[in-house]
Amino acid sequence: MNVTNPFYAALALIGNLASLAVLYLLLAAEFLTAAQVLVYAGAVMVMFLFVVAYLGGRADAPWAGGPPLLRTAAVVAAAALLVEVVVVLGLAWGDNLQDPAQVADSFGSPAEIGELFLTDHLLAFEITSIVLLVAAVGGVVLGTTPEKEDD
Amino acid sequence: MDGPDIGWYLIVAAMLFGIGALGVMLRRSPLIVLLSLEIMLNASNLTLIAFARQRGDLTGQVFALAVMAVAAAEVAIGLGLIVAMARRRLVLDVDQASALRG
Repeated sequence: MNVTNPFYAALALIGNLASLAVLYLLLAAEFLTAAQVLVYAGAVMVMFLFVVAYLGGRADAPWAGGPPLLRTAAVVAAAALLVEVVVVLGLAWGDNLQDPAQVADSFGSPAEIGELFLTDHLLAFEITSIVLLVAAVGGVVLGTTPEKEDD
Repeated sequence: MDGPDIGWYLIVAAMLFGIGALGVMLRRSPLIVLLSLEIMLNASNLTLIAFARQRGDLTGQVFALAVMAVAAAEVAIGLGLIVAMARRRLVLDVDQASALRG
């Protein structure tokens, strides 16, 4: 988060995403691991690095926090968020967070997720497709600046 | 289950979310803000998948996949906005980009 060159920041995020993919694997989510590596660490981050390279020196992001009050407030807010989550976790640990359910070997396999997507969550599946389509069209629209408006 | 309790995954997710929130609040380059947003979305994904494993219910994983798709869409739009800002020779600073109209 404190790196000046966004190229290194993006590379560090790729490492972070890959480590998270390993955690997904530990949680028996094989398909999501594959999706994480392919979609995130692959497609999304390549797009990111492409834009960083396109911007060149303009992409440099020197550490320019706002006024000290704002900085302190941001740190306090983030710390409060963290402390809150950890306290709640500590309170709930004994009851709900141990002895996870027994799952079959096929838990998290592409076949099971696909079946669930096309039966129980068909609407979410279709909405996701629409969102992706709109995003693709929007990306093209934003990427092509009309010449006549370039004053 | 192999590996640590679910709670440890949730703590990792909380830390990642805190780091991402700090990045969004402190940094002013839109690129870094987008990167921090990705960290936060991944933290929520980790939580969803951890609870899916805990409850033995695949719905969480399906939801995580939907979050992943939305994150990809968000990055596409965000990067498009950044490129459009750079083309118009605006300063790449989220604090100064207060007017939407060129």
